[in-house]
Amino acid sequence: MRDVAVIGVGINKWGELWDKSLRDVFVEPALKAIDDAGVDHIDAMYVGCMSSGLFVAQEHLSSLLTDYLGMGPIPCCRVESACASGGLAFRQAYIDVASGANDIVLAGGVEKMTDVDGGGATYALATAADQEYEAFNGVTFPGLYALMATAHMHKYGTTREQLAHVAVKNHANGVLNPEAQFPMEVTVEQVLNSVLVADPLRLLDCSPITDGAAAVILCPLDMAKKIAKNGAAKIVASGHSTDTIAFHSRKDLTEIASTQRAAEKAYKMAGVGPNDIDFAEVHDCFTIAEICVTEALGFFEKGHGGKAAEAGETARDGKMPINPSGGLKSKGHPVGATGIAQIHEVVQQLRGNAGKRQLKNPKRGLAQNMGGSGGSSLVHILEAI
Amino acid sequence: MFAARHWREIPRRYRMEAGKCTTCGKVFFPSRLICDACKNKEFETVTLPDEGEILTYTVIRTPPSGFEDEAPYAVGIVKLGDVQLLTQIVDCEFDKLAVGGKVRVEFRRIQESGKSGILCYGYKCVPA
Repeated sequence: MRDVAVIGVGINKWGELWDKSLRDVFVEPALKAIDDAGVDHIDAMYVGCMSSGLFVAQEHLSSLLTDYLGMGPIPCCRVESACASGGLAFRQAYIDVASGANDIVLAGGVEKMTDVDGGGATYALATAADQEYEAFNGVTFPGLYALMATAHMHKYGTTREQLAHVAVKNHANGVLNPEAQFPMEVTVEQVLNSVLVADPLRLLDCSPITDGAAAVILCPLDMAKKIAKNGAAKIVASGHSTDTIAFHSRKDLTEIASTQRAAEKAYKMAGVGPNDIDFAEVHDCFTIAEICVTEALGFFEKGHGGKAAEAGETARDGKMPINPSGGLKSKGHPVGATGIAQIHEVVQQLRGNAGKRQLKNPKRGLAQNMGGSGGSSLVHILEAI
Repeated sequence: MFAARHWREIPRRYRMEAGKCTTCGKVFFPSRLICDACKNKEFETVTLPDEGEILTYTVIRTPPSGFEDEAPYAVGIVKLGDVQLLTQIVDCEFDKLAVGGKVRVEFRRIQESGKSGILCYGYKCVPA
């Protein structure tokens, strides 16, 4: 396996992009990534997209997106792992380059979610759960994470206020991100007074519905050192794991075991542990998710994720900055694009290109992306070079 | 919901039939073709107990399409014997729901398939 680096990244302003189609939403950041990398061609593409079929009745993205990016006839593979589709596209691109099959590969993610109404979006997202044994009984995705929250609060004494602190912190970070969908501050009181969605989760505990895309360019590390126009970051680990699709089948309803296993693989591959990570972008689709994920990654002991958020340990100036981009909560969550946008943020931070939200000289960053209620997880670790 | 899709789940939804691995005894709901614990491919049909306890719960305030008339409603993960499953918890007061609360399985209407489609029945739990 060859060492691999990321040499270019691109993202567009996320939000309700009424004037843009799925193809345009994707092509814009893909062109930015190619320009940032300074390459004149790409050899192959992997694109993460959860459900273009249900959101815009368009499948066969491999053909559509290479065509509109002006890159036909290169090979392209669309991958799906629910909300972890982007992270999986990145892993497949990494393996492709590491194996020697291709040199310059684009990993992208896209979701166009606002061409359907709220009910249509909820329906499409619910396909990431067990249709016959979860969705059939009337549970929603906020409902599944609410079940996780109730269990975590019961077992560990995690409080409603601690959940709110996750949203407050991520919105404070998102204010500094020009691409964020909701770059405004929120207070603990605003979170606690927002409308109930599924007890104990309220509207401001939930990530939004978003149109958006992101793209990154990978190439062998040796090549990166010669051609990278704006710097590069080395991929030092890729971990991937799955779990039961039904949340109710998990042994411990307070744990995201797929993330824990993916992280164990990634730490082993990189030869590091959680204490060696300088910052992380994690999958905060709901506030409770960030708490469970930071525990699964080993940043905090089981049951201490809420306390850490409340104490400010996960803030940009805390001991383990989590989601300096604003996370899914503030930046937005176009499901297939999220995993790539996390890599975008990690690379920008490691190259010192993160603008107003730049952390102080980080050397090693982690990205964690998951699908459904934790039925699939990807963990990547990158280092500054 | 397409009729065949509901019809093929009837043994689980109407009769709470699970599959018990004939080698290691692990119980699956629904049954499956291979045991994830011991890789055995033979199962005997067993019926889940009709009483159990709540492991976690929530109240759905923003329902998915098809459930608008029922919201708000409670949903829980319930342990029935060796199996954990997700079900609505009905005929209950929300503020009396608790982890560890005892519940009983009942046969109820779950959803309907549009104005002219089939009615889909299944299991819900009530406080025991």
